[in-house]
Amino acid sequence: MTMQTSAPLISIEDARLHYKVGGALSALRGNPPVVKAVDGVTFTIRRGESVGLLGESGCGKTSMGRLLLKLEEATGGAIRFDGEKIADLRGQALKRYRSRAQFIFQNPFDAINPRFTIRQTLSEPLENAGVPSAEREARIVSVLELVRLPEPRQYLDRYPHQLSGGQLQRVVMARALILEPDFVVADEPVSMLDVSVRAGVLNVFRDVRDRLGLTAIYISHDLALVRYVCERTIVMYLGKVMEDGPTEDIVHEPLHPYTKALVAAVPVPDPNQSHDALPIGRGAPDPRNPPSGCVFRDRCPHAFDRCSREVPHLRQTGTRHVACHLFDRTE
Amino acid sequence: MLDAAVERKPSLIGRMFRSLRLPLNDPFAVLGLLIYAVFVLTAIFADQIAPYDPTEILYTPDYNLAADLRPGEDGYILGTTSLGRDIFSQIVHGSRSALLIGITAAFMVALIGSIVGLVSGYFRGWVDVILMRLADIAFGIPFLPFVIVLAAFLEPSIWNVVIAMALVLWRDTARVIRSQVLTLRSRGYVDAARVAGSSDLKIILRHIAPNILPLSFLYGSIAIGWAILTEASISFLGFGDPQSISWGYMLQDAFASQALAKQAYYWFVPPGICIILVVSAGFFITRGYENILFPKLGR
Amino acid sequence: MTEPLLSVRDLKVSYKVGSGRIDAVDGASFDVPRSSIVGLVGESGCGKTTVARALTRVIADNAAITGGQMMFGGRDLVTLPEREMNALRWRDIAFIPQSAMNSLDPVYTVEYQLNEVLRRRGGLGRRDARRRCEELFELVGIDRGRLSDYPHQFSGGMRQRVAIALALALNPKLVIADEPVTALDVIVQRQILDQLRELQAALGISVILVTHDISVVAYICDRTVVMYAGKVVESGTMQATLTEPSHPYTMGLRNAFPDLQGAASGVLTPIEGAPPNLAFPPPGCRFAPRCPFVLDTCRTVQPPLEGIAADHAVACHRAGEAATLREKAARIETWMGRAVA
Repeated sequence: MTMQTSAPLISIEDARLHYKVGGALSALRGNPPVVKAVDGVTFTIRRGESVGLLGESGCGKTSMGRLLLKLEEATGGAIRFDGEKIADLRGQALKRYRSRAQFIFQNPFDAINPRFTIRQTLSEPLENAGVPSAEREARIVSVLELVRLPEPRQYLDRYPHQLSGGQLQRVVMARALILEPDFVVADEPVSMLDVSVRAGVLNVFRDVRDRLGLTAIYISHDLALVRYVCERTIVMYLGKVMEDGPTEDIVHEPLHPYTKALVAAVPVPDPNQSHDALPIGRGAPDPRNPPSGCVFRDRCPHAFDRCSREVPHLRQTGTRHVACHLFDRTE
Repeated sequence: MLDAAVERKPSLIGRMFRSLRLPLNDPFAVLGLLIYAVFVLTAIFADQIAPYDPTEILYTPDYNLAADLRPGEDGYILGTTSLGRDIFSQIVHGSRSALLIGITAAFMVALIGSIVGLVSGYFRGWVDVILMRLADIAFGIPFLPFVIVLAAFLEPSIWNVVIAMALVLWRDTARVIRSQVLTLRSRGYVDAARVAGSSDLKIILRHIAPNILPLSFLYGSIAIGWAILTEASISFLGFGDPQSISWGYMLQDAFASQALAKQAYYWFVPPGICIILVVSAGFFITRGYENILFPKLGR
Repeated sequence: MTEPLLSVRDLKVSYKVGSGRIDAVDGASFDVPRSSIVGLVGESGCGKTTVARALTRVIADNAAITGGQMMFGGRDLVTLPEREMNALRWRDIAFIPQSAMNSLDPVYTVEYQLNEVLRRRGGLGRRDARRRCEELFELVGIDRGRLSDYPHQFSGGMRQRVAIALALALNPKLVIADEPVTALDVIVQRQILDQLRELQAALGISVILVTHDISVVAYICDRTVVMYAGKVVESGTMQATLTEPSHPYTMGLRNAFPDLQGAASGVLTPIEGAPPNLAFPPPGCRFAPRCPFVLDTCRTVQPPLEGIAADHAVACHRAGEAATLREKAARIETWMGRAVA
């Protein structure tokens, strides 16, 4: 791969997002329960790379995305964008960051203020970036063309409820792209859409990313979707990275037991496809009360005694990194 | 549903008016608004409507005090008081102080409550903690005794009620608006505005405040009734402003002059009705707003 | 062939909206054989949920069944008096509404909520109800010790299991599940579907599974009914409808899905455009405005639902050329250059 040489655009080092939960009463009792939404996540993203963040709800993938966009402040670790720590960004520097890093929201029906027309919605970022009002309309029209909303002028003075889900999600994408960012985080952008229009939105995402050379993170629980848009995949479970590597390798030969389960669970539209039993225990991750050692061990079919004693760290295994004692040959 | 396809961008005033969302399809609310309209007009044109100065002591043509006249006697529409003042003129002028108090109190309550609620709910953290503890303190203050104490410290004045309401009653508005802001804050479009680089102030003014405006109005319209009722109680208890004529003062005057024993119903029934009308008008409008804001409560 | 458990013929459901009328379901016909899972597929607004609700006759205030038949055990559910219909609900036909897992009452334990159904509707005694609760929990794979827990103590997947237990409480013959796995992650989704399949086979019941997700149908259903804009456009065995989809809409749905097994470089093909406004449906085939294979007749004449093979029916004027169309439909150029939904 040629990207190996380019410097990372984003580097995340031991990022943490811990919440205290349970309110004032349990705080008085001394040790309030802590939810570790993101717990020691480390990875870098090269310029132009597309990375999928894969995992079940509660695994911290969305929190990770919100940290990257400064919608949430990390409680530990450091996130650097183009060499600068984003936690330290203030004033003009923050403004500049806001125009370079963008978010595509999951629910298009919620991500646009219902009181605003499409024109008003798309004007907001331009206004904040100081684009003179005379230029705004042209910018809006051209970005709507970019996301393939045909004859965009007819939508400018419409309200969100007059657009379909697919059209709205294109507007959400247009808002993210209008300031020509370098980096975009997309949080399950098609999960609220009908299957028949999902493909259109995904295709726009892919094409625009290629055309603008965007660095992108795509958050999803469905590996088939991640595979469609990302060359690299990071699998998360209970706030930690389980596996990180090229998507194709992960699809064809998942290493971590959790990744294996995710791969096996991907829904397939082909009735002739045989299905193996899911290699994962029942139950769901409980973020308030994760197991000791490896957080996945209570659902893992291969768990052995070391897993409860020792937290597995990410180690290089061939083309990728895996956090599992099964792949640690050092002991 | 509005067919906004043909709708052009409305003017700023039009937009503000629309975001108030006056409850015009609720018959009770319309009745309430009509009652308000009548009282507001009466208050504005009080000098033209009232035949006499409400504090003027009147005499009969034969130079006797025109006291305790019955309605209609000597052309006094609602009769006169024991001191020879025209009751109808007092009613008309009473609307002035009632509305003055009601509207300023409502404005203060809605304004303070909204600002506190917005700031508290939007910024959270220690600002929220401090403001909400202040609200808890305000919740602990018994309202009527507080007004009386205030009247004792300050000169007796109709403004005491307004000050007391501003100091105490913002708490309800602030609490409700805060919780509304908390849910609005977690909406996707608020996050989107932040990612788009909008400042906190801009987000509050553009994306959050318009959504809580109807709530401010709801609590404002509740406060109008409260203020008028409180002023009446205070005046009736004798802590009111003796210089200004209000409906509460009229009740107190009638009570002190033993109007009931004299069967002078024309004296205390009209101000009573006026208080009831204005307070229930506020209630009707409140109800209309509730139907808009919490449609599931209805029916 | 034995008589199906449920046979729907020409069902019509209309909503009153303002002064107008919208035919949300306009002549739907399909069968549900005994001991089978039938997938009712289509995008939002196609009428699939309305059909599901009409089967229990619990529909919106402004909706009405305006025609057709729903034969169930020799009785027509459309004309059945409300009293008898009410006796059927839950006992013979159980309904799991969309997001049922979020509609459990948070202030009562799940046992209390199960009991409510077992004793009030099922007329069971206290001891029998207790036993049945434990049985049901075992059936859906939750530890019986958790019966006394409150809904918020369960994860989303667990709550969906509770919702299934609730539906199975009175041994229904038919369970209608509206999007039972839509809000769930892939792993939990798979586990719930496995559970549903297992239960269906063990109890010999029939299930109507309403979904927009064709992969769910491929995974678990025996039969498919594809709806579009209030009409059934294709129905038949799941194998036939998904391996040889014969309506362009079904072909489109099939191609719009990312496939983990397929080539990595493949391009997904969206069905562009949006479903028609049902207040003013197009005069001919309702899919015509979005169909890449549209003919002039399609725009004026409504195609009837006709058998093209044993147990495979399609409503398309070009059903005869289905094999050729399938080939064309697999290419993205076929679907390009239309209005965007």
